[in-house]
Amino acid sequence: MSAARKRVRALRLNNRPVEVLAADNTLLLDTLRETLGQTGTKRGCDGGECGACTVLIDGTPRLACLTRTQECAGHHVETIEGLAENGRMSRLQRAFHERLGAQCGYCTPGMVMAAEGLLRHTPHPDEAEIRAALGGNICRCTGYVKIIEAVQDAAGTGAEAAP
Amino acid sequence: MNVIRNTRDVVGQPTPLIDGIEKVLGQAKYTADLPAGDALVGRILRSPFSHARILRIDTEAARALPGVRAVITGADCAFTYGVLPIAMNEYPMARDVTRYRGEPLAAVAAVDEKTAEQALRLIRLEVEELPGYYTAAEARAPDAVLLHANKPGNLEREVHHRFGDVEAGFAAADLVREQVFHCAEIAHAQMELNGALVDYDAARDHLTIWSTTQVPYYVHLMLARCLEMDMSRIRVVKPFVGGGFGARVEVLNFEIVTALLARAAGSKVKMQLSREETFLTHRGRPDTEVRLKLGMTRTGKLTACAAEVVQRGGAYAGYGVVTILYAGALLQGLYQLPAIAYDGYRVYANLPPCGAMRGHGSVDVRFAFEALLDSMAADAGLDPFAVRRANLLHAPTETMNGLRVESYGLDACLDWVERASGWHDRRGKLGTGRGLGMACSHYVSGAAKPIHWTGEPHAVVHLRLDFDGGITLLTGAADIGQGSSTLMAQAAAEVLGVRLDRIRVVAADSMLTPKDNGSYSSRVTFMVGNATIDAARALRAVLVAAAAERLGAPAEDIDCEHETFRAAGSEGPGLSFADAARAALAREGGAITAKGSFTCPVEFQGGKHKGGAVGATMGFSYAAQVVEVAVDLDTGMVAVERVWVAQDCGFAINPLAVEGQMQGAVWMGMGQAVGEETRYERGLAVHSSLLDYRVPTILDSPPIALHIVESIDPNGPFGAKEASEGALAGFLPALTSAIADAIGLRVDTLPVTPDRLLEALAKRQRERRLARALEGAA
Repeated sequence: MSAARKRVRALRLNNRPVEVLAADNTLLLDTLRETLGQTGTKRGCDGGECGACTVLIDGTPRLACLTRTQECAGHHVETIEGLAENGRMSRLQRAFHERLGAQCGYCTPGMVMAAEGLLRHTPHPDEAEIRAALGGNICRCTGYVKIIEAVQDAAGTGAEAAP
Repeated sequence: MNVIRNTRDVVGQPTPLIDGIEKVLGQAKYTADLPAGDALVGRILRSPFSHARILRIDTEAARALPGVRAVITGADCAFTYGVLPIAMNEYPMARDVTRYRGEPLAAVAAVDEKTAEQALRLIRLEVEELPGYYTAAEARAPDAVLLHANKPGNLEREVHHRFGDVEAGFAAADLVREQVFHCAEIAHAQMELNGALVDYDAARDHLTIWSTTQVPYYVHLMLARCLEMDMSRIRVVKPFVGGGFGARVEVLNFEIVTALLARAAGSKVKMQLSREETFLTHRGRPDTEVRLKLGMTRTGKLTACAAEVVQRGGAYAGYGVVTILYAGALLQGLYQLPAIAYDGYRVYANLPPCGAMRGHGSVDVRFAFEALLDSMAADAGLDPFAVRRANLLHAPTETMNGLRVESYGLDACLDWVERASGWHDRRGKLGTGRGLGMACSHYVSGAAKPIHWTGEPHAVVHLRLDFDGGITLLTGAADIGQGSSTLMAQAAAEVLGVRLDRIRVVAADSMLTPKDNGSYSSRVTFMVGNATIDAARALRAVLVAAAAERLGAPAEDIDCEHETFRAAGSEGPGLSFADAARAALAREGGAITAKGSFTCPVEFQGGKHKGGAVGATMGFSYAAQVVEVAVDLDTGMVAVERVWVAQDCGFAINPLAVEGQMQGAVWMGMGQAVGEETRYERGLAVHSSLLDYRVPTILDSPPIALHIVESIDPNGPFGAKEASEGALAGFLPALTSAIADAIGLRVDTLPVTPDRLLEALAKRQRERRLARALEGAA
C-alpha cells in the first residue's frame, strides 16, 4: 500500500517550481499529462518502445514513461511546452516546422526534446551524431530525412542552413 | 477543373503545414489530449480464444463492483458493422462466436483505471473452443470449420478476371517465367495509439465522439447503425490524428464500444488503447502469396500475365473484397499489358482482420511483378530500364480492364533515377556485397466510384466570408498529417488571389463541416482539391461582381492578384480585398457562403465487369526508384545505403509536403521489405510492441534523393494527382533487385530478414554443391 500513498514531490518543470501529489510508483508521464495537464508529452507505446514521451531531466533526454515522478524531486524536468520563447517557436521548433520535420506531429515533441538534448551539449552535430541521438525515437511519417534536415538547420550545419 | 494561371503565388510553393506550429509547440490536441473532465475510464475485455463458441459471459460480479458504471457485452449490440455495405459481418463485441484472439467480448466503464481493470478480471467466460486456422491453406482445407456460415471454403471472395487472349500471349513470348512470391502480413504502426472520447448527453439523447479516425463520415454511419440513433443526434469530431496509413479508414470496434459504453453509463467515457491493443485492432496488409507468370519477347515487350493471389484476410471482411480486387486491377495501369488472367482468393483465418494499408492491394503484387520482370530482364540480357521503357503506356489511354490513364510521367521518372543514381556506371560494378536495383510502381488518386453511393458529389467544400475579411474553409476532409488542410488553403488562396493566411481551415466536425468520405485511397488532393477550386471560383465570382461595380468595369475584365482587384489594363490602385469584401457583403446581404463540389464523371468509374469499379480512378501517380544496398554475407544484414526516387504527382501543389510523402512512402516500403512482419503463435500476437514489431529507426534509414515529375493531369486540381502512396510498392522489388546485383541471389520472400537471407544463402550453397556433385558423377 505504501506505493499507492501519494506524497508531495517538489520539482522544477520548465523553469518553474511545482509541487505535485504522486505515489511512489507514479510515472512522470502520468504526472505530466494527467495531474499537470501538460499533454504535449505523448504516449505512443506500453513502455520504453517509441520515444514519444522524451523529456529532458537536468538537460538529459529521458523517457517519461520509464521515469517515476519521485525520482524527479529536486530535479529540472523540461517538456516541449517549455521550449517556446514567449509563445514563439524556438529555433529548433521553427526548423521542424519549416522543414516539415513534423507530419502527423505525434512523435514530434519527443523528437524535438531528444534533439534539444543533443544540441545543448553538441551545438554543431554531424549527421552521425544526430542519428545516434534520435535513435530511440520512432517516426512513422517522414522516413527521418526531413527530421535530420531540421536538426541540421537549427544547428546551422545543414547543406542549405538558414543564415 | 485544371486551373492554369500565369502566376503561381501560392500553389507550387513549398509551404509549411498551416497546423504545423501547434505540433512543434506541443499544443496540438490529439484524442488522448482532449480535456475529459470527469470522464469514466473505458476498458475492453478481449478474447483469449482464437475460435470459440460463446456459451455465457457472466458480468454479475463486475457490475457489482463499486465504481463500475456500465458493463456491456455482445448482447448489447445486435448490429453488424463494416466499411463495405456488401460485407458487414463484424459485431462491435463478439456474439455467439469469437473468431480471433484479441476480439472484444465485453467492456467496462468505471470511475478509474484500476476499477475498470479489476472489473474486467471479474467477468467469467464460458466457451466451447473450435479449431483455429492461422494460414490461408489451413482455412481452405476441405474439412475446415467455417468461420462464417455463409462463406464456404472460408473464402471471403474469389475473383476471376480475364482480359485479352492470355494463351496466345504466352505462345507469342520468347521467354516465359513463373514464380511464387510471399509477403508477410504487416501493420501500420501509426504512432498515435487508438482511442476515443465519447460524450453522451442522456437528457437530449445526443452523442459526440472524438476519435483517432481517417473517416469521420464512416464512423458516423456505423455509430448510427449500431446504436440505432438518428444521425442528427450524433456529432463526429476528428481532432489532430497521429498518422493513419490506412489503419483508420473504417470504423473500428473500439469506437462503437466506447459509444455503447457512454450511452449505457449515460456519461462521458474515455477509451485509451495500449500499443498491444492497437496492434490487435490491426487492419494491416494481409499475408499474401502471389503465383505469377509473365511472358516477354526478346526485346522485352510484355505479352501476357497470369497471376494467382491468395490473401489471408483475418477473421472479418473489412475492406477484404476491395483489397483482393485491387490486387488484380492494379496489375494494369502501369505498363502495356495485352493479356491478363487474374485469380484472387481472399481467405478468412482466426487472426485480427486485415484492411487497407498504404498502397492498398497493389503492393505485394507489384513486388512480385517487378521482381519477376527484373529476373527475366537479366535472363534476356536486357537492362531493367530498357525493359520498362519497352512497355510504357501512352496517355491518354484506357487499359483492358477499363482504367483510364490521362497523364503519364513514368518515362521522366525513369530518366531521372537512372541518371541520378549513376545506374549505367555503377550497376554490377560496386563489388561483391554491394548492389543497385530498380523498380516502378503506381497508385490511384482516389476511387472514382465511392463505397457508399448516395448520389451526392464525391467532395463538397464551403467557403465563408464575413465582416472581418477572413475566409473560413469548411471541409470534412481529415488531415492526418499528410497536409490536406494546408493544400486546400493553398488552392483557395490561389484561386482567390489572396494571402494564404487569410484562409483558415475548419475540418472534420460533422456539426460544422460538409460531409467528406475520408482520407483514403489518396482521394483528398484530387477530389477535395477540385471541390476547393470550385468553391473558390464561386466566392471569387461574388467578389469580382462587387469589385466590378465599384471599379466601373465589366466583371469579366476583373482579376484579383496579391489581394487587389483590378480591371485588365488598368493602371489605377484598384480595389483592396478588404474593400471588395465589404462591397460584396453589402451587395449579397451579409455573410457569404460559397459552395464547391466535385464529382468523378461516370466514364472514369471503371469497367463493366464485376468488380470493375475497383482500381478505377481519374489519375494515376507514377514512380520509379533505384535502391543501393550493402549485404553482409556473415550476418545476413541488408543495409539500405541510398535511394533515388522520382514520382509523377501531376503537379506539386505543396512541393514540401510532396517530398515528405514520397520519402515517407519509400521508407515505409523499406520497413516492409527489410524487417516488418506480424507474428502469431497459434493466434496469439507476439509482435505487439514496437520492440518486437521492428519499424526502421533513424539509424537504419537511408538518405532519399528525390525528384518530382509534373505531368499536369488534365483533370487534377492545378494538374495534381496523388503523392502519398505511389512510391511505396516500388521499393520492395528495387531492394530484391539490388540484392541480386550485390550477391547474385534472388529473394522471393519478404521481409528479407537476416535469418531469411542466411537461409537462402545456405540453400544456394547446398544446391551448388549438389550440382557440382552431379556434374562430377556425370
